[in-house]
Amino acid sequence: MPYISNTDRERQKMLQEIGVKSFEDLIANIPDQFRKTATLNLQKPYSEWEISNKISRLAARNISTCRVNSFLGGGIYDHYIPAAVDHVILRPEFHSSYTPYQAEVSQGTLQYIYEFQSLICDLTGMEIANASMYDGATATAEAILMSVRKNKRKKAVIAGTINPSYLQVIRAFVCGIGIELVIVPAKDGLIDYEELARLVDEETACVVLQTPNFLGNIEDPFRVEEIAHKIKNLMFILAVDPISLALLNAPVEYNADIVVGEGQALGNGQFYGGPLLGFFATRMSLARIMPGRIAGGTVDKDGNRAYALTLQAREQHIRREKATSNICSNQSLCALAATVYMCLMGKAGLTEVARQSTTKAHYLANEIVKLPGYELLNDAPFFKEFAIKTPVKPGVIIEKLLSENIFAGIDLEPFGYKQAMLVAVTEKKSRTMLDEFVRSLKEVNNG
Amino acid sequence: MAKTIFEKHTTGRKGYTLPQNDVELKLDDCIPQKFQRQQELKMPEVSELDVMRHFMELSNMNHCIEKGFYPLGSCTMKYNPKLHETLVRNCGFTNIHPLQPEETVQGALEIIYELQKDLAEISGFATVTLQPVAGAQGEFTGLKIMQAYHEKKGNNHKNKIIMPDSAHGTNPASASLVGYNTVEIKSDSKGRVDLKALKELVDDDVAGFMLTNPNTLGLFETQFKEIAEIIHDVDGLMYLDGANFNALLGVVKPGKIGFDIMHFNLHKTFSTPHGGGGPGSGPVGVVEKLLPFIPYPMANLKNDKFFLDYSNCETSIGKVHSFFGNFGVFVRAYIYLKMLGEVGLRRVSENAIINANYLLAKLKDYYYVPYPSYCMHEFVASGKWQKEKHEIRTMDIAKRLLDKGFHAPTVYFPLIVSEALMIEPTETESLETLDLFIRAMIEIAEESKNEPETVKSAPVNTPVKRVDDVKAARELDVRFEW
Repeated sequence: MPYISNTDRERQKMLQEIGVKSFEDLIANIPDQFRKTATLNLQKPYSEWEISNKISRLAARNISTCRVNSFLGGGIYDHYIPAAVDHVILRPEFHSSYTPYQAEVSQGTLQYIYEFQSLICDLTGMEIANASMYDGATATAEAILMSVRKNKRKKAVIAGTINPSYLQVIRAFVCGIGIELVIVPAKDGLIDYEELARLVDEETACVVLQTPNFLGNIEDPFRVEEIAHKIKNLMFILAVDPISLALLNAPVEYNADIVVGEGQALGNGQFYGGPLLGFFATRMSLARIMPGRIAGGTVDKDGNRAYALTLQAREQHIRREKATSNICSNQSLCALAATVYMCLMGKAGLTEVARQSTTKAHYLANEIVKLPGYELLNDAPFFKEFAIKTPVKPGVIIEKLLSENIFAGIDLEPFGYKQAMLVAVTEKKSRTMLDEFVRSLKEVNNG
Repeated sequence: MAKTIFEKHTTGRKGYTLPQNDVELKLDDCIPQKFQRQQELKMPEVSELDVMRHFMELSNMNHCIEKGFYPLGSCTMKYNPKLHETLVRNCGFTNIHPLQPEETVQGALEIIYELQKDLAEISGFATVTLQPVAGAQGEFTGLKIMQAYHEKKGNNHKNKIIMPDSAHGTNPASASLVGYNTVEIKSDSKGRVDLKALKELVDDDVAGFMLTNPNTLGLFETQFKEIAEIIHDVDGLMYLDGANFNALLGVVKPGKIGFDIMHFNLHKTFSTPHGGGGPGSGPVGVVEKLLPFIPYPMANLKNDKFFLDYSNCETSIGKVHSFFGNFGVFVRAYIYLKMLGEVGLRRVSENAIINANYLLAKLKDYYYVPYPSYCMHEFVASGKWQKEKHEIRTMDIAKRLLDKGFHAPTVYFPLIVSEALMIEPTETESLETLDLFIRAMIEIAEESKNEPETVKSAPVNTPVKRVDDVKAARELDVRFEW
């Protein structure tokens, strides 16, 4: 039997030692009426070779971004992942280890979490980060709940330019617990500042802004902050792309209270959208109402440097119904991948990834708007992703370009933008790949 | 102790290569000055070899399944097949984007579809959503579904969730997250739900009952049918915390015996790696009447084509994840299920139960066992005798086990057993390993008697000695400053 060590003889011997005749004697207290329904109608077992074949065939029915020129983004990005990342996370000591509750045999995990937290603090300029959340969307939802814990208000004001999938998750989190969501409409691809000023009041727990936002545009967080912090104790929550932070303002520069985001771009594969990596950072003064695990430095009995999980009194296994969150398993191994990635890239590498992504995106945008029928959806500044108006329905373009091995972008029609498409660029694109895309777009129009 | 990566920084070192930028644009042409970073970016500058040495050094300080036994109760630390890791790294999985056209991800959708179906078959539920990304998120999702069901029926007053005092901490925390009040019910002298107390507690405000079965004492809740009747009588729903599902494969089907909702932990029962604390996966199974409320989308099949089905989006609780859940974890669980089949899955639970009972039989003369009847896949012992006679605490026993090359059991849980040692061997461990563990536990019982200081001062053979977690909380040091 695969992965089960004991032989039938050993099994028999153990039953004897236990003092029963058969396995059935051990579960005799389960009433028969419950047991009789438990036959399993499954396929016959595969051998290792057979399943390998089957899986290869299934994988081959997916067209991967290794095989096509992809411009898909919308929260998941195809940045380069150095080979060493996978070699580290595949170490069994990281891969098959448990949550580091027994600190003395988990120093490796605890230290990398500590380093991950430090790196997230460096990127964001914040004072404390946790060990990870499930994804950017749930991290944002948790940030809203934290702001409600902080100021006991019940209204969350959210930029309508936030990624729609974040908004869907936020809705699932807050509906039913009396938190009112107020969506600030978009104006020219950015949050409508005047509307925001009108909607924020003394009842507002938090203002949530994403920058770059869903359309790739760089919001003006300084201006939003000014409006938000006019209200005392209001929590200003920012969702950010960690890659962008190599070049864009660190959230501390605009006085953010809670910073969250999707960390997939830091050394984690796309994996059809999961596993992802939420990160969560805030001010030290708010540490005790944060969700999630936190690793802290301390000493061992001999006074040597050591690490342990800390502030555990916030967590579900101690505080139960009064915990700051129900989160237990998080995305530890993805946080390790992100840590290794950031260490390999360093300051220069991360900056170069960001610079290439943004300059290549701008080159592409400049070339696309030269094509008849195409223009930028708005004039707002953008980072590595931008929305274009298309001469025909995006669905037509996407289908046509697919036949030329290009994933053209995300159709924005379902998100309320007619005849518009979202295009993302990373450092992996060469000028040739960008030009090829432009040529194909041009032909769509001609056709 | 290892230096941090920040202390290994040397200005100018590189651990990466990137293509030459062949686009001639200046940063100022792309990003307005006002939005350019002012604060200096601090990232360590190290070579690839520096990085590899650093993380190897860290990894050497960790315990893991390949190094030794993990008898962690309720955590199901079984061996994770290496095949999964090889196959999941196919670029047809690692490099597919969640917003690709459906016709370009037919293989991925087939895996999701098949896994939904197989989990439904194993658990006896009408359908299973794979979207929740961890056990606790499965609980949250299940409770949201419960809430949506009651709202639909106009039962908005239902705001209470009953659960035993032996429940996992995530249960009450998840209940709070959806806005339900937790009502705890005492366990009876046999370690099971006290039916009499339950009858007194239940009223029309009860939304549901969260039960772990087998419970966290490793005992099957035999009065389960009576519990379900009491709860269903007030139109409450029965929720099964599937953390202990490793005991039930081919033994019972929860969806067929009165449970309405259940979450799975793929990273426990279905052998996907724990990764030092995730990524996990917490699919949720529901009975027919709850189908309108499950998160969208599901994978579905029509005319031989797989597609993402959003048909319940009007009534659904919405989404609990940006996309479809932890797909990378699904691939591993899918392979595991296909490799085991019916006979293999049955054997998993049988051997998990036999292994646990073997440990129980061999240890009960040395450690107090409050509920000594046959157990399911795990059991709870206690350091009570050692504490009373030798002032040895369960934490000391746990730390002494680390010295002997074993991970500790789950300690001080469930809360209803003082000095609890919750032990789950899983089916993958061999008789020799179990015997070595038994010997170590007996040695510790002897040491507690004869040389208690050895136990109290443990561990001494680990990378660091006993860690001061009080200091960690009092003098917060949560990031390296450099």
